[in-house]
Amino acid sequence: MAGTSSANGVQIDLVSGSRMDALTSMEKIRMILDGVRAGNIVILEEGLTPEEETKLIEVTMAEISPDEFDGIEVETYPQPERGGGGLLSRLIGPDRPKKLTVIGPANQIETLHKDESLISALVSRQ
Amino acid sequence: MGLLTDIRDSITRAVDRLFAGSEPKRIGIYGPPNAGKTTLANRIASDWAETEMGTESHIPHETRRATREENIEIERDGKTVTIDIVDTPGVTTKVDYKEFLEHDMDKEEAIQRSREATEGVAEAMHWLREDVDGVIYVLDSTTDPFTQVNTMLIGIIESKRLPVLIFANKTDLDEANVTRIENAFPQHETVPLSALEGDNMDSVYQKIAEYFG
Repeated sequence: MAGTSSANGVQIDLVSGSRMDALTSMEKIRMILDGVRAGNIVILEEGLTPEEETKLIEVTMAEISPDEFDGIEVETYPQPERGGGGLLSRLIGPDRPKKLTVIGPANQIETLHKDESLISALVSRQ
Repeated sequence: MGLLTDIRDSITRAVDRLFAGSEPKRIGIYGPPNAGKTTLANRIASDWAETEMGTESHIPHETRRATREENIEIERDGKTVTIDIVDTPGVTTKVDYKEFLEHDMDKEEAIQRSREATEGVAEAMHWLREDVDGVIYVLDSTTDPFTQVNTMLIGIIESKRLPVLIFANKTDLDEANVTRIENAFPQHETVPLSALEGDNMDSVYQKIAEYFG
């Protein structure tokens, strides 16, 4: 996780759900942004909760800096149905996110195509 | 006759609000940059409060601070619905000051605008997390709605169980495609409109009263 993209390639970090489970929300966001700011592509097996996504946007905005960091590009598969608002889902809350999530530097990753089963992205070196 | 009617109307409005039993709901106008959020906010504010909320512009991130217009009374079917409207900056995950250079700004001006834009996005997210009771999500119906920001924001709104209406704006343009928006978010009601031209505003107010009254 600590590495950075070299002149010859782009580092990809695939982060398991169990590794993310051990982290607090802020630790997750820090890990993601530290990786992305180092030029890496971070792939989360299980994604973030909606609450964590709002914080990710907020912290990203705070860190944007001209000519240094333009922000992030995020892609996930569409969220699964949440049980149609039935009694059970109202009692236990929304499902865990479990959605593969790809996050990269905005100036290095470009989504080419996205549908329910495929994300196609172009990744360039810095 | 006029005076009696006015008094009766005032009493009716007061009784309606009394039995509504709560403060006006704060309705956040959200969406990506350049979807027409401020144009819509201005349209609602001028129709019902004879005021304006912000400056409209084709340049992204013209709105860089959330602004609230309080106690907008919308009358529908003999009832009055009172809401606060919060016009928020367009939400994005990236801001590159170089985009603003294309709009006749020098570098210093563009950097300043990008700084204010990032603060505005963070502010909009804070409002969404803490301070709104319902959401009007505005989309430009000439552009692809299947973006990550839209998916993320709708997911966040759903997770907070906030009532949400999706407004497919800019239907006055030839390239408008409302069906594409309906298909992107079939779990929510989509209302087509042109905030700029004032098209279909009757339906807009009907739905606002229905969802947020």
